[in-house]
Amino acid sequence: MTTTAPPPTKPEPHRAAKTVSRPGDRIFAGLARGSGILLLVVMAAIALFLTVRAVSAISKDHGNFLTTFEWTPSLNPPVFGIAVLAYGTVVSSIIAMAIAVPIAIGIALFITHYAPRRLGGPIAYVIDLLAAVPSIVYGLWGALFLVPHLRGVNLWLNDYFGWTYIFHKEDPNSAARSLFTVGILLAIMILPIITNVSREVINQVPKMHEEAALALGATRWEVIRLSVLPFARSGIISASMLGLGRALGETMAVATVLSASPQLSGHILDPLGGTFSQNIVAKFGEADEFGRDALIASGLVLFLITLLVNGAARIIIQRRKEYSGANA
Amino acid sequence: MAKRIDISGLSAYYSAFKAIDDISMTIEPGSVTAFIGPSGCGKSTFLRTLNRMHEVTPGGRVEGKVMLDDENLYGSGVDPVTVRRTVGMVFQRPNPFPTMSIYDNVAAGLKLNGIRKKSELDGIVERSLKGANLWNEVKDRLNKPGSGLSGGQQQRLCIARAIAVEPQVLLMDEPCSALDPISTLAIEDLIGELKTRFTIVIVTHNMQQAARVSDRTAFFNLSAVGQPGKLIEIDDTERIFSNPSVQATEDYISGRFG
Repeated sequence: MTTTAPPPTKPEPHRAAKTVSRPGDRIFAGLARGSGILLLVVMAAIALFLTVRAVSAISKDHGNFLTTFEWTPSLNPPVFGIAVLAYGTVVSSIIAMAIAVPIAIGIALFITHYAPRRLGGPIAYVIDLLAAVPSIVYGLWGALFLVPHLRGVNLWLNDYFGWTYIFHKEDPNSAARSLFTVGILLAIMILPIITNVSREVINQVPKMHEEAALALGATRWEVIRLSVLPFARSGIISASMLGLGRALGETMAVATVLSASPQLSGHILDPLGGTFSQNIVAKFGEADEFGRDALIASGLVLFLITLLVNGAARIIIQRRKEYSGANA
Repeated sequence: MAKRIDISGLSAYYSAFKAIDDISMTIEPGSVTAFIGPSGCGKSTFLRTLNRMHEVTPGGRVEGKVMLDDENLYGSGVDPVTVRRTVGMVFQRPNPFPTMSIYDNVAAGLKLNGIRKKSELDGIVERSLKGANLWNEVKDRLNKPGSGLSGGQQQRLCIARAIAVEPQVLLMDEPCSALDPISTLAIEDLIGELKTRFTIVIVTHNMQQAARVSDRTAFFNLSAVGQPGKLIEIDDTERIFSNPSVQATEDYISGRFG
């Protein structure tokens, strides 16, 4: 990504008659070009800011920035690392996606293919409302409702699925302020965006493709499997990535629910761990100049993870472009 | 294999709007019957009642009887899904499954019917593509997407897909209207070959096409916009195009109308 405008195109030697240039066109082209360049400038400014401050902080880190658990930049010498944060961010997002994506696709299919029209509209509206709830409200709800009510679920999971290691809980009676609870909360928060985008994409599936399946004697589910899902696949992936982006960066809801501690555990029910943005919001207020630079370094890593995820999604979509149905 | 279709007193509605009114006719097994008539006269709607595709449209509803030999397609307890496996359909715009290869497109209906054995599928896919006069053009690229074929090839792929499940009746809704003349000719030749195995009903706006491919022709008309379409007459194609018994038919086919 560069900040420079594309080099001015040289007039081609064998050009056809010069087109008339109208003021309206020139103004609009200028505005459009300006907007495009502005975006690049802003992106570059953010990247530059993050990188400069992050590098200065990391160079003074006496722990390994990638593998250290603790976040104590105020010590002398400073020791801080992102291991716990990266793990917590990725794991809670994975849990959120595992819960939200199937449900979102289910809701989208229900609204578009199963619900009577009178029911589909209101449901879509309620889902929209879910997106309008501020994240701090989700956080409060999570802390005051979800955490106490998930206690029993945690016990049950520990009893019956403790052997899977993942659902083992060190102290079965500790509060459910764990990555698992965070994941559930995040799932509810990203449900609307995934549902709505998926529903839009599913509505775009041309009628003729559904009729093709119907005319072969496909049942409703077979129509969805043969025509709808393949056609909507890349759109659903994009929708999920939008949701994942939100889950990775979510701050207040996580900070309110998670009982953060610099420990790393494979047991997702244990009340410990942290995420990038939760850590930033928790530490920023009391941090000195250097502490803030260290937090910025962790922000840069989150930025890179998000870029990586989006890149991966793009590759998945590109790889099957030939079959995407875009040329049908 | 090919079956007789006996329609009596058939009306179709879109919600409150009556699209076709009280149609009765008999379609002989192993014949090609063409439906002609002006736009909006309900011939496509009527065609879609023959495999219960009409009721897929929101508000779509049918009254009357369609007997396939001695089974009423609209009898109580008849599953529309089963009907559509017996009565195949080819649409106006070629609609191969865009995400599937050529092979999988033809095999799609077979897999719905529970045929999974590779050797069996291979045989039927080859036979169907040959039956649709497409085999020689695609045999080296069966695993390429069907949407990469030309429009005419895509339409023959759709025909191969429809005949792969060995239906008894094949409905074609203006199958050539999106195709160039050469592809159209290929489809028309194909219809001539297929009629020995299937009862074929084809809707067309092209009267030369009706004259070329069909044994019987039915003329539909509507008295005014907003009125339901009606069957004006059905007769041997030769007779419809030379000496129809109703004046409106003659006006329509000679272009003195609409």
